[in-house]
Amino acid sequence: MQYLLLIYNAESQWNGMTPAENAKMHQEFGAFTQGIIASGNFKGGNQLHPTTKATTVRVKDGKKLVTDGPFAETKEQLGGYYLIEAADLDEATAIAARIPSAGMGPIEVRPIVAMERP
Amino acid sequence: MADEQETLEQIYRDEWGRIVATLIRLLGSFELAEEAAQEAFAVALEQWPRQGVPANARAWLIATARHKAIDALRRKTRWEDGVDPDALAALAETPAFAMEEDGVAVEDDRLRLIFTCCHPALNREAQVALTLRTLCGLTTEQIAKAFLAPLATMAQRLVRAKQKIRDAGIPYRTPPRAELKERLEAVLLVVYLVFNEGYNAAGEGRALSEEAIRLGRVLNELLPAEAEVRGLLALMLLQDARRAARRGGDGELILLEDQDRRLWSRPAMDEGLSLAESALRGGPGPYSVQAAIAAVHAQAASAGQTDWAQIAGLYDVLLQMQPSPVVELNRAAAVAMAEGCAAGLRLLDGLEERGELRGYYLLPSARADLLRRLERWAEAAQAYREALSMVGQDAERRFLAGRLAEVDARSGLARGEP
Repeated sequence: MQYLLLIYNAESQWNGMTPAENAKMHQEFGAFTQGIIASGNFKGGNQLHPTTKATTVRVKDGKKLVTDGPFAETKEQLGGYYLIEAADLDEATAIAARIPSAGMGPIEVRPIVAMERP
Repeated sequence: MADEQETLEQIYRDEWGRIVATLIRLLGSFELAEEAAQEAFAVALEQWPRQGVPANARAWLIATARHKAIDALRRKTRWEDGVDPDALAALAETPAFAMEEDGVAVEDDRLRLIFTCCHPALNREAQVALTLRTLCGLTTEQIAKAFLAPLATMAQRLVRAKQKIRDAGIPYRTPPRAELKERLEAVLLVVYLVFNEGYNAAGEGRALSEEAIRLGRVLNELLPAEAEVRGLLALMLLQDARRAARRGGDGELILLEDQDRRLWSRPAMDEGLSLAESALRGGPGPYSVQAAIAAVHAQAASAGQTDWAQIAGLYDVLLQMQPSPVVELNRAAAVAMAEGCAAGLRLLDGLEERGELRGYYLLPSARADLLRRLERWAEAAQAYREALSMVGQDAERRFLAGRLAEVDARSGLARGEP
């Protein structure tokens, strides 16, 4: 099965990091990503720019409406994601718990809807 | 005819969980497994009164359920996509006797089912409903009734839980040893919730307590090395033994100290006592310690002869394992009995100041009780009024109102009113 691991953090926490802490976190993410590539679980993943750079698009009555910012103000923001292949939810949550920033904010684990491929 | 009916009911209670558990493993689907088991029992209900109960009823039921499942799978493969062809092949290839005679596999299946129903990715309400439905074989109607929930709500809860198991990929597996203790906690909590739901309900709710004790026995059979499983079973048996003495003729609550101890069930007490002892020897956990507290009560000939110092000590141990203001409240009551009401009141005052139990009626109710014993009638009356303003359940309300009337009268007498 495939799962999307949505990484949530308070952006203020990231901004409050010293350069050394930041570098360490990046290094840990690198090592983690290499680890799940080696184990065959990795299908994709990216870090996102903060919500200050988000743009929200809505379509109302066929008209496109573009606004600055995320669609909802939340305490924690989506900061990145991994797409993984895992045998079941237990394996997926075990991988999610190893994400370096997991101690700073929640990881939402969402199963991907399996599409019938001809 | 009546005999067959009774036998069938007994077999349903004993075998439902086993049959469903094995079918889930083979079919990979809670829904199909339940349907097939249900159909097998329906066939039994129709055939057994005429043809007699087969020599090996369980084997017969599993074989029948298997045929029904194969039929259902074939129908589904024909009409819709998305049926696992492997499941069909596995099922068609597994002879029924292999499922039945492989006792170890069958027991493993039940353990898998318990842990899957209580998987942490399901919310507590779903865990409870799913356990009662798939493991105990209660109908959705029975579960809804027991929890005073609308039938549609309960049905939806069960459907959603099964969908989540399927779509989120919750594995059908006993957790690895490293996680067993932690996952077992959720299982024990579900069983104890079911027990308490039945214990606190008047009348029909009783069935839930019985189910919980049955589940406790099954768990104890399946995990004989886990002391906390024994502890929980002991705790439930010791509490359930007091059931007949716990309510008066009008359903009103009778406190432990006022209960007629001759009404306590001796066999349940004895079984609970020996289990509690064995649980404590296995290393104390929260359920074992609570069972030990219940055991001290069980061994006392009267409330006055209870070893309250030992109970207070056991609450100390429990507090260290499971810090909670409710446990502190219970400890304060025991300290009051062991060292005097004033000592207990001091502890309650501390609890009240911290405010964690705000709105919890048992705090003012415990306070009221100690003030009453100290013959501080007016303060006791005030505390009973406070408790009454928070209590929801009828039996508790009547109990508190009765006590309030009593201390109000005394308070009037103390002030020299007629």
